[in-house]
Amino acid sequence: MATMKEFRNNVKPNWCPGCGDFSIQAAIQRAAANVGLEPENLAVISGIGCSGRISGYINCYGFHGIHGRSLPIAQGVKMANRELTVIAAGGDGDGFAIGMGHTVHAIRRNMNITYIVMDNQIYGLTKGQTSPRSATGFVTKSTPQGSIESSITPVELALSVGATFVAQSFSSDLKGLTELIERGIKHEGFSLINVFSPCVTYNKVNTYDWFKENIVPVETIEGYDPHDRIKAMSTSMKYNGLITGLIYQNTEQKPYEALVKGFKEEGLAKQDIRLSQEDFDKLVAEFA
Amino acid sequence: MISQLSWKVGGQQGEGIESTGEIFSMAMNRMGYHLYSYRHFSSRIKGGHTNNKIRVSTTPMRAISDDLDILVAFDQETIDFNAHELREGGIIIADAKFNPKLPDGLKPVRFFTVPLTEIADELGTSLMKNMVSIGASSAILGIPVESYRAIVEDMFLRKGEKVVEKNMEAIRRGFDFVNELTGGQLPEFQMEKAEPQKQLFMIGNDAIALGAIAAGCRFMPAYPITPASEVMEYLIKKLPKLGGTVIQTEDEIAAITMAIGANYAGARSLTASAGPGLSLMMEAIGLAGITETPVVIVNTQRGGPSTGMPTKIEQSDVNAMIYGTHGDIPKVVITPSTVEECFYDAVEAFNIAEEYQLPVILMTDLTLSLGKQTVAPFDYNKVEIRRGKLLAGQELPEKEQNDLFKRYEVTEDGVSPRVIPGQKYGLHHVTGVEHDETGRPSENAANRIQQMDKRMRKLEGVLKTFKNPVTVDAPHADADVLVVGINSTIGTIQEAKGRLEKEGIKVNHAQIRLLHPFPTEQIKALMDKAKKVVVVEHNIQAQVANLIKQHVGSAEKIESVLKYDGNPFLPKEIYAEVKELVKHGDYERVSK
Repeated sequence: MATMKEFRNNVKPNWCPGCGDFSIQAAIQRAAANVGLEPENLAVISGIGCSGRISGYINCYGFHGIHGRSLPIAQGVKMANRELTVIAAGGDGDGFAIGMGHTVHAIRRNMNITYIVMDNQIYGLTKGQTSPRSATGFVTKSTPQGSIESSITPVELALSVGATFVAQSFSSDLKGLTELIERGIKHEGFSLINVFSPCVTYNKVNTYDWFKENIVPVETIEGYDPHDRIKAMSTSMKYNGLITGLIYQNTEQKPYEALVKGFKEEGLAKQDIRLSQEDFDKLVAEFA
Repeated sequence: MISQLSWKVGGQQGEGIESTGEIFSMAMNRMGYHLYSYRHFSSRIKGGHTNNKIRVSTTPMRAISDDLDILVAFDQETIDFNAHELREGGIIIADAKFNPKLPDGLKPVRFFTVPLTEIADELGTSLMKNMVSIGASSAILGIPVESYRAIVEDMFLRKGEKVVEKNMEAIRRGFDFVNELTGGQLPEFQMEKAEPQKQLFMIGNDAIALGAIAAGCRFMPAYPITPASEVMEYLIKKLPKLGGTVIQTEDEIAAITMAIGANYAGARSLTASAGPGLSLMMEAIGLAGITETPVVIVNTQRGGPSTGMPTKIEQSDVNAMIYGTHGDIPKVVITPSTVEECFYDAVEAFNIAEEYQLPVILMTDLTLSLGKQTVAPFDYNKVEIRRGKLLAGQELPEKEQNDLFKRYEVTEDGVSPRVIPGQKYGLHHVTGVEHDETGRPSENAANRIQQMDKRMRKLEGVLKTFKNPVTVDAPHADADVLVVGINSTIGTIQEAKGRLEKEGIKVNHAQIRLLHPFPTEQIKALMDKAKKVVVVEHNIQAQVANLIKQHVGSAEKIESVLKYDGNPFLPKEIYAEVKELVKHGDYERVSK
């Protein structure tokens, strides 16, 4: 069985020192080892942005695609070989701006993949513009007077479109994050894990200290039940979306692949693709 | 006795016009006649004029005819809109229900008012007026009522014996009514008997979907669009039985990126769309190009730009498909001309995509994608599956942890060995960022040149190995004119060619099947044998003609015949314009 070390490679990330993304990278590597994966059976599909580079920083099959499209690529990989563990990862711009359409529909579709959003509430790689996760009034290069749009709350968004696994974490909490990623991988269906990942260079508001002060772990809320969707929604609303932990899980709903009629356990990619003459003749006969 | 005729049925959309044409054609197909049909329809579900024009012939035909022999009309609009197409002495069969009138200024035609709806109502449902009209037409053509029994049974037996008999009765009543009117005395409409033979009756989109299955494609993500949806609809019916599936995605970007993901992971996958969808896919096609991921994209051209004319023919995506996506990538564009080519080219598209690890666009046009026609049965022995340098399923040599697989190894033919996720010792990185041989990002200048050259080199291989990049009918060593076209115009050009030859004009014909990389050598050789070159295409900018000028030169020899009103060329139009150009070479006059 592979150890965490085997999920490391010799590439030095080009993230700024102190970036929240480092611990997300470490948490994925640890979680992968803890759930007993081998590097070749893990595919990490990432988007574009600082965070998008993560697929090149983990020793596994990594695919760095185009902006906002990590989820459809990841779903294609899963459909081609459902035996693989597939993780999609990207930033809040990737998932909630340009790729928002895919996020919502990937959640609805509920394939057995894990989606990790590295949420720094700003555009880092393009040097500090607003994001759909930036709070109203947030001043950036593109919103010099402060953002006049409202911000997206990932937890509520996911819950409203039928998510079967919603978690939120903070990159300072490596242990908690690792655990959530493990649970996300094990969850039979789509798991969304939104991770507050401070941008130390461009976001001077949502800092490590700010999160420490403001987030509320759901474990600390008395009687919190992650199987109660209404409670999950109201709790998120109550704390302005700043809750962490396993927010909601539905273990009843089967994943997409399990609901496709005639879809085999063995990956499509491994099956014989040649049609028998008999099957071909049958198909052709319908046109005669 | 006649050897071919043109029949058209028209009415309001949603009235069963399509199924009337379908039943009529299927019966004709089983009798061994060759068929070619064209549907006129609009982008709406109910209402609006629609018609289905079907050419029936004892020999193969791949074009709609200039005029019309029989028009079946379910409303006055059908007569007003189509009667001018009738040849002198042609026949209108009109439903008595709407009190049909002949418009002014028609050539002399025969006008039969038949109580189509009334007879159907007597039999229990006005829906059967379609069957009555088929019977009425058959009386004129001398086709026995019983010829329809097998088709009617195929269609209605599951609803019970009674339904079969009712429909047969409807056909008979229509037949008898017209037979009485004519006294069975219309010899100039009696069809010669056809050689009974096994042939298929299908649209280009069916053939593409069937080709995809034969090629081993088991996964299709797609977004609905006219005129591509039939590819998806066919595969939705068939793939689950073969262990695969279709996903209707949220948009075309998801469709292409999902297909890229699936191909990366080792499953043959395609998507299909039309202009608007292809425009959305362009960034992802670039990703497939630089990451060297095979993917097949079907583009069923329709009238552009933007929403344009969704239900009309155009061939105006030529430039977009060749040059689309920013930056330089190797890409292949295949343009089949017939339903048969749709099938075999779909198979080849998958083979080329995997052998050369690049995106392949299989481009049709609306007429080819949706026009139903008879084709000789496909030969499954001709279906090869070639996956190139794919090492899936093989054990790879052991490697140290940071010693990545050279997925982008620089090779002579530009093609590198390919592994898929799940393979031990095959780890590498894939990125749309310029990268080194292992896929790691690199902006090193020498590496950039090596990788770019390697990728583009693959097109040389495609050009060398593509079989029949041009479909040629060039009997003359010294032709007066070479006519060039793409996609569905093949049959129309052939028919025009026949007429021109009869007048002593020597015509060679080339239909381009591999549009990109461009088969310069083959086209040049043909151009050298002709005094003049006329490029026939459905767009305003003469996109194919310009392509030829760019690759072959000889601009002074090249003229264009262009049509972009949404309707397919008629043989007489190509005949007249080519004849005029051969005589005068006056481009301005012809293009008006």
